[in-house]
Amino acid sequence: MTSPTAPGIVAGRLSADLLTAGFADLHAPLDRHEAHVAADRCYFCYDAPCMTACPTGIDIPLFIRQISTGTPEAAARTILESNILGGMCARVCPTEDLCEGACVREAAEGKPVEIGRLQRYATDTVLTRQGHPFTRAAETGKRVAVVGAGPAGLSCAHRLAMLGHAVTLYDARPKAGGLNEYGIAAYKSTDGFAQREVAWLLGIGGITLDAGKVLGGELSLDTLSDEFDAVFLGVGLGGVNALGIDGDDHDGVRDAVSFIAELRQSTDLSALPVGRNVVVIGGGMTAVDAAVQSKLLGAESVTIAYRRGREAMGASRYEQDLAASHGVRILFNVKPHAVHADAIDLEYTSDDGTGLRGTGETMTLSADQVFRAIGQTLTTDGGLTVEGRKIKVTGAGRTTRDGVWAGGDCALGGDDLTVTAVAQGRDAALDIHAVLTGA
Amino acid sequence: MADLTTDFLGIKSPNPFWLASAPPTDKEYNVRRAYEAGWGGVVWKTLGSEGPPVVNVNGPRYGAIYGADRRLLGLNNIELITDRPLEVNLEEIARVKADYPDRALIVSLMVPCEEQAWKDILPRVMETNADGIELNFGCPHGMAERGMGSAVGQVPEYIEMVTRWCKTYYDRPVIVKLTPNITDVRKPAHAAKNGGADAVSLINTINSITSVNLDAMSPEPMIDGKGTHGGYCGPAVKPIAMNMVAEIARDPGTRGMPISGIGGVTTWRDAAEFMALGCGNVQVCTAAMTYGFKVVAEMKSGLSQWMDEKGYTSTADFIGKAVPNVTDWQYLNLNYVAKAKIDQDACISCGRCYAACEDTSHQAIAMSADRTFTVIDAECVACNLCVDVCPVEDCITMEAMAPGTTDPRTGKVVQKDYANWTTHPNNPGAVAAE
Ligand SMILES: Cc1cc2nc3c(=O)[nH]c(=O)nc-3n(C[C@H](O)[C@H](O)[C@H](O)COP(=O)(O)OP(=O)(O)OC[C@H]3O[C@@H](n4cnc5c(N)ncnc54)[C@H](O)[C@@H]3O)c2cc1C
Ligand SMILES: Cc1cc2nc3c(=O)[nH]c(=O)nc-3n(C[C@H](O)[C@H](O)[C@H](O)COP(=O)(O)O)c2cc1C
Ligand code: SF4
Ligand code: SF4
Ligand code: SF4
Repeated sequence: MTSPTAPGIVAGRLSADLLTAGFADLHAPLDRHEAHVAADRCYFCYDAPCMTACPTGIDIPLFIRQISTGTPEAAARTILESNILGGMCARVCPTEDLCEGACVREAAEGKPVEIGRLQRYATDTVLTRQGHPFTRAAETGKRVAVVGAGPAGLSCAHRLAMLGHAVTLYDARPKAGGLNEYGIAAYKSTDGFAQREVAWLLGIGGITLDAGKVLGGELSLDTLSDEFDAVFLGVGLGGVNALGIDGDDHDGVRDAVSFIAELRQSTDLSALPVGRNVVVIGGGMTAVDAAVQSKLLGAESVTIAYRRGREAMGASRYEQDLAASHGVRILFNVKPHAVHADAIDLEYTSDDGTGLRGTGETMTLSADQVFRAIGQTLTTDGGLTVEGRKIKVTGAGRTTRDGVWAGGDCALGGDDLTVTAVAQGRDAALDIHAVLTGA
Repeated sequence: MADLTTDFLGIKSPNPFWLASAPPTDKEYNVRRAYEAGWGGVVWKTLGSEGPPVVNVNGPRYGAIYGADRRLLGLNNIELITDRPLEVNLEEIARVKADYPDRALIVSLMVPCEEQAWKDILPRVMETNADGIELNFGCPHGMAERGMGSAVGQVPEYIEMVTRWCKTYYDRPVIVKLTPNITDVRKPAHAAKNGGADAVSLINTINSITSVNLDAMSPEPMIDGKGTHGGYCGPAVKPIAMNMVAEIARDPGTRGMPISGIGGVTTWRDAAEFMALGCGNVQVCTAAMTYGFKVVAEMKSGLSQWMDEKGYTSTADFIGKAVPNVTDWQYLNLNYVAKAKIDQDACISCGRCYAACEDTSHQAIAMSADRTFTVIDAECVACNLCVDVCPVEDCITMEAMAPGTTDPRTGKVVQKDYANWTTHPNNPGAVAAE
């Protein structure tokens, strides 16, 4: 075993026990008693603010009441009817910004009903049984191609299959799940949950998964449009923005998302190398996840360098505190200036209202490893019209090309959240259904 | 998912959840929204005779009892029957029924105890095409002082008489709604049956004072410094209602008579319990008034899930199933011996069971210096108090002793055979066992 203070980017900084403990479930599941106590706090609000705040519009008061009355399976059904990935969303949603942030008990006592954990309690009940609670409508004879098996694609495929359409689900990667499988922090989705959820979701039937097929490679939008009655693109954002500074191509500089993908696919975390001094550039959820997981792998010091102030940070206050509680330092108002072999120069910034500028003052931090987490970019547009660096869509995901829909991170108007991708996939499916059946 | 369709007196409804006659059913606007929210049926707010309608107080008409976290457990009201003109109500009823033919719509009535009054109103109800009528013999305040409501419900002869008039002048089902403000609820139920009623519904509200304002020294709700008793309803009255339902369901004189169960129904489970005790359906008021019409969604999903789990395909499969197990104390098996058992893994060492048993029961729980609580079998009489006060569900359980083992409290061997008080040696009136 090496140690946290070993220089360079090396593996095995922590013992197996520490690794296991660190990467365990961020929030332990509620047991029945805890769930009932938590559910008891819900007021069953009218036109509930929590429900409005949920991008998939889950009937939160109803499902919590169903937990209270001892029917978590019915609760799960309520959740999954609106959000088929309710299990993953229960683990990864920034609830502090969504449902729980809007909960009236946040206003009353500064302590919202634990909606996320209750949602997990309910959906776990159904998923552990592995029975699929929904059945397909009669076959419509219509065929739809869904490209990208991330949250948007999965949600779209499921709803289409449920409505009786035959779906072929393509993905470039060997496993379905998108960022659920390759991106979400390991401690949010433990014990292979992403794959279990995908398998359970496919239990509806009527969906053929064809993994390892790339749009722009063996697949083209023209042939898909010819072969299928409709096409949905949920290809996410495959590219990562460059830093655009000296030393960007340095060995120690890496995309946070590829680091996390490697981590998520690793079967032996003690074999995964990480720097002694890690600096993460960025201010979103990806930055926090890369930082925290570096720390959990045993990096001695981890710093997030964000170019604006705390208020502007993409990561919620909860995520920031999570990072802090793991010993990650967050520096605000600094931007990367130059990367050296074992250090990084950061320049202070200020914004007088006319735009963000470097002040000229710099600092240097030790850095064996630097992660880029400054946003992802669209890599596949299928030749469709792009606007604001995303595929242009109107209404329920209609692209500028007839018969082609898009949703999730790749499409205009999303929040780059799992739950929004699910909502958009579902809504596009309903629109596709309406168009295909003339309803 | 299980089929929740119910047939009550030939009146079909998509589920057994009806709204009771009360403010939620006082007007077309409400009833339409209730049906849209999924209620299977509605008993319209009680109508009175033609003429100037009753007036309500213009101050608070409700009082409440809360559990922890201001959960509403009991509601008390001093509201009267509908205060809207008869004509308006009848027109609305006819319109709503025409638009919702698959939902039950019952008209609740309360007119003076004179034949002519009933003769006048029944043909007009008939014209609305409502599915049946419910006679409100239960309202405990205001109307009783005018010789209606519970003033009728407390006199079985009146019930029988009025029911007979209704059966004479109206040819659809007649449900008699009973008041709980009476010593023996079987008497009015018999009277309803003798009068020809198709069913009884119970309970209406219970006479109550929910609180006293200690500054003004007046009961609440307080109207200008004075209060009056009101009608109590909500979760708190469910046990009282269920006992009354069971008494009627198992009485030889009324056994098999259809019952509509009312009183504190708030969740699917409450409904299942009332139905197991013989109710063909349930009526709900306070739960809707506390949580809104949407509360029925949980009742439907829960009942249907439970039925699936139990393998019941229709509500008829379980209606009345618990009735044969309701018996008199004297027939309970005195040879059945149980002991409390504490699950040490579940126990959080609060000591509530200890306080209860040590101070008020049988000193049958031992507490160690490190706060481990264990039942002393030689003292435990299996009273269940510890189970009832323990904050952790299923932490304390009652375990039956196997026949042949010795009860350390009595030193007697537990007998396999059933034996009750009627044959017990301590009973001076015991009949010798065969
Ligand atoms: C590190 C990280 C952490 C995150 N954490 C959270 C979080 O905690 N909570 C949260 O709500 N959101 C989080 N997000 C955002 C969330 O993961 C995304 O918003 C969500 O996954 C978007 O879903 P999607 O289906 O649009 O795209 P993706 O999940 O990216 O899925 C796209 C799929 O399309 C496939 N694909 C791409 N190109 C092609 C092609 N050319 N041909 C075929 N298939 C292709 C990909 O292989 C992938 O499977 C995080 C994102 C990252 C990067
Ligand atoms: C405000 C209020 C008004 C009521 N008015 C009537 C009425 O007009 N006629 C009637 O038969 N019962 C009336 N009831 C009684 C209810 O129909 C029902 O029997 C009782 O509330 C018990 O059911 P619950 O516990 O579900 O509320 C009223 C109850 C309340 C709370
Ligand atoms: S806002 Fe909070 S209390 Fe109200 S329904 Fe939603 S979870 Fe329950
Ligand atoms: S059942 Fe009664 S007697 Fe036995 S331990 Fe509990 S409280 Fe005591
Ligand atoms: S009341 Fe229940 S939790 Fe409390 S000490 Fe007794 S057994 Fe334990």
